[in-house]
Amino acid sequence: METTSNATTGGTRLPRLNEPAPDFEATTTHGVIRLADYAGGWLVLFSHPADFTPVCTTEFLAFAAIYPELQRRHTELLGLSIDSVSSHIAWVRNIEEKTSVTIPFPIIADLDRAVATAYGMVMPGESTTETSRCVFVIDPIGRVRAMVYYPLTTGRNTEEIVRLVDALQMVDARQVATPANWRPGDKVIIPTPATVEVAAERMSEEYASRTEGFERVDWYLCKKSVEAV
Amino acid sequence: MACLNSDGTLSPSGRALVAALATPSTPEDVARETGLPLYRVRAGLRELVAASLVTVEGDRYRAG
Repeated sequence: METTSNATTGGTRLPRLNEPAPDFEATTTHGVIRLADYAGGWLVLFSHPADFTPVCTTEFLAFAAIYPELQRRHTELLGLSIDSVSSHIAWVRNIEEKTSVTIPFPIIADLDRAVATAYGMVMPGESTTETSRCVFVIDPIGRVRAMVYYPLTTGRNTEEIVRLVDALQMVDARQVATPANWRPGDKVIIPTPATVEVAAERMSEEYASRTEGFERVDWYLCKKSVEAV
Repeated sequence: MACLNSDGTLSPSGRALVAALATPSTPEDVARETGLPLYRVRAGLRELVAASLVTVEGDRYRAG
């Protein structure tokens, strides 16, 4: 078995959940953009392997389709690949010409791989010349809140990215957790008790009666209804 | 360049930003007035300040 160092790629430490997202200033199809330009809102930073490739084109159409949904959630999209800005411009113009879909978000032209390296987007086991299909959800104070890595062969489910943003925003707004396959309107999970006292309270009828939509499997798995974010 | 063309003239978004800065405004004000996303306003204002087309005092920007 080959050995690899944990959480590193090419000697660079990968981002970690709940830690500050690596800072950057990058050339994009919308001009020079810094991570700080997104402060105060949510950002979905994603990479694709290359322009003018089939899976990536289907993904960009899908990302363009969810962009209005994300904007309603105060969330911006920012693409990236190791291509030139001219290539990006030619590709998005070609997509518009062939499909009538405008790509409304900027794309980083990461020819020097500075951003790809900082975020660990190149997976040498897959390709040394292309970024894998990575997604980083960055919150309004610049912390990495979620990371998703897909291989070159497999297009992402963009509806899942919207669902993920919804779930993270719900977690922040209501200090709860979300169960598997949660969607807005579903019940949320009340954080697991950290003491025996709270565990006992969670089993009481008094707690159940004053908690909207309370649903209990046991002391460690209780749900409730919450207002939408 | 997002706001400036290579010949130094303003791009469409550059013209929109400058037009919105007749009175001192925050980036959030400019985003509301122009309909541009806040990240584009912040990046564009940085570019216009570097080109001395916009001045900044505190958190307010002004053309000229």
